[in-house]
Amino acid sequence: MDRKLRILVAKPGLDGHDRGAKIIARALRDAGFEVIYTGLHQTPEMIVSAALQEDVDVVSVSILSGAHNYLFPEVIKQLKAKGLTDVTVIGGGTIPEEDIPGLKKAGVQAIFTPGADTRDVVDWIKKNVKPRKF
Amino acid sequence: MTEKKAREFTTVSSWPIKPLYASEDLKNFDPKRDLGEPGEYPFTRGPYKTMYQGKLWTMRQFAGFGTPEDTNRRFKYLLDHGMMGLSTAFDMPTLMGFDADHHLARGEVGIEGVNVSSLADMEVLFDGIPLEKITTSMTINAPAIVLMAMYVAVGEKKGIPPEKLGGTIQADILKEFIAQKEWISPPEPSVRILMDMVEWCAKHMPKWNSISISGYHIREAGATAVQELAFTLRDGIEYIEEGIRRGMDVDQFAPRLSFFFDVHNDFFEEIAKFRAARRLWAKTMRERFHAKDPKSWMLRTHAQTAGVSLTAQQPYNNVIRTTIQALAAVLGGTQSLHTNSLDETLALPTEEAVRIALRTQQIIAYESGVPSSIDPMGGSYFVETLTHEMEVAAADYIRRIDEMGGMLKAIERGFPQHEITESAYRYQKQVELKEKIIVGVNDYKMEAEEPIEILKISHEVEKQQVKRLREVKEKRDRKKIEHALNDLKKAAGTYENLMPYVLNAVREYATVGEICDVFREMFGIYRDPGEF
Repeated sequence: MDRKLRILVAKPGLDGHDRGAKIIARALRDAGFEVIYTGLHQTPEMIVSAALQEDVDVVSVSILSGAHNYLFPEVIKQLKAKGLTDVTVIGGGTIPEEDIPGLKKAGVQAIFTPGADTRDVVDWIKKNVKPRKF
Repeated sequence: MTEKKAREFTTVSSWPIKPLYASEDLKNFDPKRDLGEPGEYPFTRGPYKTMYQGKLWTMRQFAGFGTPEDTNRRFKYLLDHGMMGLSTAFDMPTLMGFDADHHLARGEVGIEGVNVSSLADMEVLFDGIPLEKITTSMTINAPAIVLMAMYVAVGEKKGIPPEKLGGTIQADILKEFIAQKEWISPPEPSVRILMDMVEWCAKHMPKWNSISISGYHIREAGATAVQELAFTLRDGIEYIEEGIRRGMDVDQFAPRLSFFFDVHNDFFEEIAKFRAARRLWAKTMRERFHAKDPKSWMLRTHAQTAGVSLTAQQPYNNVIRTTIQALAAVLGGTQSLHTNSLDETLALPTEEAVRIALRTQQIIAYESGVPSSIDPMGGSYFVETLTHEMEVAAADYIRRIDEMGGMLKAIERGFPQHEITESAYRYQKQVELKEKIIVGVNDYKMEAEEPIEILKISHEVEKQQVKRLREVKEKRDRKKIEHALNDLKKAAGTYENLMPYVLNAVREYATVGEICDVFREMFGIYRDPGEF
């Protein structure tokens, strides 16, 4: 049997809105994943270093501050720089529809916007993510 | 939808509701004791005698985005359309005490509010605004002492002394650790910095509300109405205790404390919440703190419709939600109100959206007839029962926090944070299981929706703000800045009041970041424990 997927729920930037991130973290844990939550006010460097240390399969980034067009690509760039090219990056938060194609192009594999059902997030991960090989 | 199936009815925050309320529910209800007259203890019917007959609530839209120039234009636009008081939203770097050129500010400058790094920005922000006539509210917490000093300095430059400045600074730092989470230093020194400002304002600014004790963010983070009520009032109790501890007379500062509540969708629950809040605060101030001035007993509040209730789906429905919430705030007897704009779940509002939001208040005020009589819900079997139940439940929470040793201790234990996270998760599950219906989200959905026009903030803002900051820094007297910051640092190591030192520093154009760096150095940095 495959090992449990490890997911880092990350909250970059300066905003303190962690309601969504905490709900997702709990829902993922209840669904049987191993969840690590970074806490608030993380820089992309801090997130990537946590991803590296924790050997995660997925980084789930939550942004409500409007800084997503800067922060998402920055997280992905730094993941790549550390060689973590096989980590799946998904995101959620207040993200206008028209910004989504650009973020997907930057490498965010799925984006869940306000009103998303936590079960859809769980299903997406189950369907699309396989444990990384070490 | 399921029909007729026996199910439990609850409010939006899971408070149980009976199908019918009747006279037996009010068996122990004594109108003289529990209601009193408007403007009299225990203030259930409102803090003022004549309420909206004497003065309508202040229509105060929260505004701030981009550069100070952008926000100054928005202020003037809103005032031109009948807004009665200003309310300033600062961006994340300002809220966290970082200048526009700090590496952590990248991508965030001016995005979620206006960026203010130095007095130069504050001067532009209030350019052409008559500060002696218009009251201003500022939503700033951890660096409140800095922004307060800047506001005073702007007044000085316009020839308006602090005693003539009217308005409110949020400055509710306890709520930051509980819910909003824009902090700098750990809770204890943060409260000290805040109380220095409160003490200074009590002496020099008789028309200024020096803390707006805020349930808004507590609710938005997922609290129930009762939790919002309880944690907010318990924060208020903590500030009163702190004031007394430093030797202030309770009647010297309590009359200048104001409150800020959220108004969610559940109409009657919200009306009851405002009424219960006034009654419980009045009792607390009179019985627990032996305040003698009736103004110390009186809870005055600003209210904002629930941002968290707005949906990205079918955004025009948000106008209706906001109307219902605004009506509840008015029936609950608020003194000031912000109505959210239909697009605020996506971005900061466009001019058109914010105008509709303001018009919502004007229609309630001038067309609906609702403000004509005072506390029209008073005596309703349902509303009185709910008011009583919420008061009892909140008082119970307050007692539990007292037993933990107060709010600072409860926060250190993570108690309010944990309670809120639990409630938020339960609500999410209720929505996903369709126990709670959200129109357009989990029912009555539309397949394809046309996106609406939203406000976009250019990243040029960041460049402009960094440029102004550099210019300001070049023009300053470096010696004077060093002195001012050094004096502040020395004072921070003692029990001296920091406000005069901060005031000196901002007058010399010391930046938000520089002053907050002194706090970081002297008091440490608080980090999120990251529990979920």
